Amino acid sequence: MLLIHCPYCKESRDQSEFSPAGEAFIARPESPEGISDEEWADYVFYRTNHKGNHWEQWVHTNGCRKYFLVERSTISHQILQVAPFGARNSETEL
Amino acid sequence: MQKKYSWYSLLKAGLNDQDWDQAIPLIQPKSKYDVIIIGAGGHGLATAYYLAKECGINNVAVVEKGYIGGGNTGRNTTIIRSNYLRDEASSLYEHALKLWEGISEDLNFNVMFSQRGVYNLGHSLQNMRDIERRVNANVLNGIDAVVVDANEIKQQIPIINISKNARYPIMGASYQARGGVARHDGIAWGFARAASMLGVDIIQDCEVIDIEVEEGRVKGVKTTKGEILADRIGCVSAGHSSVLAKMAGLRLPIESHPLQAFVSEAMKPILHTVVMSNAVHGYISQSDKGDLVIGAGIDGYNSYAQRGSTKIVEHAAAAILELFPIFSRVRMNRQWGGIVDVCPDACPIISPTKVEGLYFNCGWGTGGFKATPGSGNVFAHTIAQDKQHPLAEPFHIDRFTTGGLIDEHGAAGVAH
Repeated sequence: MLLIHCPYCKESRDQSEFSPAGEAFIARPESPEGISDEEWADYVFYRTNHKGNHWEQWVHTNGCRKYFLVERSTISHQILQVAPFGARNSETEL
Repeated sequence: MQKKYSWYSLLKAGLNDQDWDQAIPLIQPKSKYDVIIIGAGGHGLATAYYLAKECGINNVAVVEKGYIGGGNTGRNTTIIRSNYLRDEASSLYEHALKLWEGISEDLNFNVMFSQRGVYNLGHSLQNMRDIERRVNANVLNGIDAVVVDANEIKQQIPIINISKNARYPIMGASYQARGGVARHDGIAWGFARAASMLGVDIIQDCEVIDIEVEEGRVKGVKTTKGEILADRIGCVSAGHSSVLAKMAGLRLPIESHPLQAFVSEAMKPILHTVVMSNAVHGYISQSDKGDLVIGAGIDGYNSYAQRGSTKIVEHAAAAILELFPIFSRVRMNRQWGGIVDVCPDACPIISPTKVEGLYFNCGWGTGGFKATPGSGNVFAHTIAQDKQHPLAEPFHIDRFTTGGLIDEHGAAGVAH
């Protein structure tokens, strides 16, 4: 069971209050009509599926209902850090 | 030399202090093979077996980072059925079910395949409409299926709760009499032994650390037991498919999630069939050993940890108690998780890739066990002929680009 710190409520709460919402930093292509089917498929369906430290989105469903970013290990489930949206835009950004 | 199992061999070994031959030789890899299969689970071993038996390719290695059948093959709830809605999916799973029906004789290994029937319960009018639609589709495809009402279910399973006062009352079910269960690691051992008798090398404790690609063509693998060369490589590694794909510079439309199951202490026979419910989301059967085998859904987050959240266990237990209040005081014995490779359309990928000579059989998600022999069979033909087996054609990875998805996820109306 995970204990997740909501960056908006500023409290660590039980995982059952939250819902996972998939890999982070997947940006919708700016001009969908201008890209190939392969690029569109990559955006819609293909995923990195990291083994290791992984940035993902969670939503505080039974709390503030806001989405935020979580860096978590998919090997140990340890949560390394959380961040509100806009605080970072890629995995490597400091 | 390994010998055929028979009544005579059983009697002889019984009288000779259980002096059995080793079922699978422990060997070191050669430097080159015609085909390497990565992953010695049920699907990988089945692939190697059918390559040797039906495709005339015996110079095959199966490399496995752990031990045979130690991943999802040994972790699932062993439910076997073929009552899928879509033609593409039901043809593939029916192909597998037909192979299951003769597999113990074929492999000379008792996989304890037991056709005890599978009920998929409906709890609402919409559930029942979906069930009728699916049963009709099955019948049109020549797959045995019937719709039964709540009273018929009660007659067959007296301990089930069909009260109208239940939170989600049972209204009926689809029933596939040819469905059932099998011994999960039995199928891995059976395929491994039969494949090794046909000359396949099964190399355990041999993890692939890199896939070597040269000018768009696969060349071989680097493993913890050295480099092994091959012109063709089949990846059948379930939850770790994305990791292998990355080694070859590919991406997959797959995410890895934990799927949990648990068993109770053993008890006398009380449930003679398999009961599944998608609406309350749980599935249960009783193993030959006597323990109740229970499973449910995946955790929503990505994981490679082979364990999941307690809230999923709680949810599955609640669902089972909704159906069988009599089990409320049954004590649970063990609980575990496996890592399943989930595709966006809940259908597998059985496909060549952009790298020549590299094939993937993955994305079986939460329901791969039932397909084990069929999956290996069509994948073996796909590798041998460098052309997809007709039953595998709809499962090409390109469907995510063309949009030809096989919408089985919700349409099946049943847990996988």
